Amino acid sequence: MSDTKFTEEHEWIRVEGGIGTIGITDYAQKQLGDVVYVELPEPGRKVEKGKDMAVVESVKAASEVYAPVSGEVVEINAKLKDEPATVNAAPMAGGWFVKIRLSDPKELEGLLSETAYRDFVRGLH
Amino acid sequence: MNRERITISGDRALAIEEPLIFEQGRPGCSGVDLPEPSGQARLGRFERNGPIGLPDLSEPQIVRHYTRLSQQNYGIDTGFFPLGSCTMKHNPRLNEKLARLPGIADLHPLQPVSTVQGALEIIDTLAHWLKVLTGMPAVAMSPAAGAHGELCGVMAIRAALEAAGDPRKRILVADSAHGTNPATAAACGYTVEAVPTTKEGHVDLDEFKRRLGPDVAGTMITNPNTCGLFERDMIAIAEAVHGIGGYFYCDGANFNAIVGRVRPGDLGIDAMHINLHKTFSTPHGGGGPGSGPVVLSAALAPFAPLPYVVHRGKAFELVEQRDDGQAFGRLKAFHGQMGMFVRALAYMMSHGSDGLAQVSGDAVLNANYLLACLADVLTPAFPGPCMHEALFNDSSLKDTGVTTLDIAKALIDEGYHPMTVYFPLVVHGAMLIEPTETESKDSLDRFIASMRGLVERAKAGDAAYFQDAPRHAPRRRLDETTAARHPILRWRPESAKGEAAE
Repeated sequence: MSDTKFTEEHEWIRVEGGIGTIGITDYAQKQLGDVVYVELPEPGRKVEKGKDMAVVESVKAASEVYAPVSGEVVEINAKLKDEPATVNAAPMAGGWFVKIRLSDPKELEGLLSETAYRDFVRGLH
Repeated sequence: MNRERITISGDRALAIEEPLIFEQGRPGCSGVDLPEPSGQARLGRFERNGPIGLPDLSEPQIVRHYTRLSQQNYGIDTGFFPLGSCTMKHNPRLNEKLARLPGIADLHPLQPVSTVQGALEIIDTLAHWLKVLTGMPAVAMSPAAGAHGELCGVMAIRAALEAAGDPRKRILVADSAHGTNPATAAACGYTVEAVPTTKEGHVDLDEFKRRLGPDVAGTMITNPNTCGLFERDMIAIAEAVHGIGGYFYCDGANFNAIVGRVRPGDLGIDAMHINLHKTFSTPHGGGGPGSGPVVLSAALAPFAPLPYVVHRGKAFELVEQRDDGQAFGRLKAFHGQMGMFVRALAYMMSHGSDGLAQVSGDAVLNANYLLACLADVLTPAFPGPCMHEALFNDSSLKDTGVTTLDIAKALIDEGYHPMTVYFPLVVHGAMLIEPTETESKDSLDRFIASMRGLVERAKAGDAAYFQDAPRHAPRRRLDETTAARHPILRWRPESAKGEAAE
């Protein structure tokens, strides 16, 4: 069973079997414009909910990507190093950033559902 | 990317297609005729064993190359340059004349101090007026530019805390700050914590106070801030940060908007850099150097970097070492940007105190004139009045298919250097326009007419016009994405190009 949750910082997380796949949303990639570089954490690094976890750089700006929940990085999307454009093309699929093993699955409860996130974005502009 | 070829040569009158200097070299060409060296080479194993790949050119070729490149350049001497946050104002020629005087331009920093008394007096006099204008007791003259000044200030803060046996961990930085603020704090080993901006564009005082704690080394606030607004809570911020034993760094990059009217020392700050190249008008951008002296409070003054000028009777001396060991060190090999010191002092003395107050007054007046004349077609990011720059967001371009970047590119065709775009980050699609005090009303009206015309064109649905801009620049729109993803960082000879020209 999978379930995608969102943050107000425009990250998404999809959890399957205690492992969460994390990326940035379609809205985020549109706002950033063409992504030219993605800096990912080393596998094994512990990330903390709300703290910076990765950096995404576009032709417009460099932005931090925050961990939606706490956990340990178990896998990174190494493909983004050579093909950062995947973040623009498929932000919610092939353009994922990292997979983490959740240390506290309860943290998911504070995140936004897809509908709630869509409403949040609509209110932005 | 090359524009269409409508002449036989490919050039268009003054607009000359100029190849890279490496593409112009012809083996054997030379600008000088030197005799073959005779005698034994003494380089031993360091002797060159192959060509170093520099182009061979004659002197007229080189002169034409750089002259042609300069014709394609756009500078403040060419036209209006409203690049927000950069203060691209006219550089009075009087400054240049003085900086080029032989007794000043020919100095060497290792000359005996007895032979450079005049130069030390210039540094000391400039230091005096910087202290007077800011209401601060001390100034470190050597920082080479604004960000270097930030480094100086935060290193002084760190030195003061460490000397007190109280090293701390965090520095609070406004989220509208120049990127150099958090970078400086991080470079000095601090964790950076952002303080949000209110809807009115100011530092959120409540949020600021909430983040304070005994581990906060200090805060960095820009005033006037990057939204072009005066921070009204400076004294409250100073009291709050001093209350927890921290220090107050003020980014003085925008001092040009308040010089002669507000003394930052009266607001309770501990350190502030002054961009001499902006406020006191020395050529900058595209290669012109900066200069960023830092004024310091009494609490930080003992930690100021070396060297500095002192009076000994009628003579000036340089303190190069401190016996008490409190100076945090040295930021530059020598004393700072002497050429900028001369220009800044010339600017100050030729303007006088009334002139400097008029500089900031006119800068603010010009920005507000722009804000008022554009407010019905563009959306001001914050309610006015503004300080020295007018800031708009892109909400009036919504659904036109035209972006802030497109407007900037179309302004190039209009003959202007575009304004600053997408900064500050807290404003969506930001357009930051800084007219400076040296533009006439005619010049502002001309720019306003272009800007209004472009926005009206965008709203009328002519997005294609913008996506095609610039049309009249030496190069059309650059492919920034490919440039960033697959940068070609060095020229390679034709034979080795396969790999670079992907």
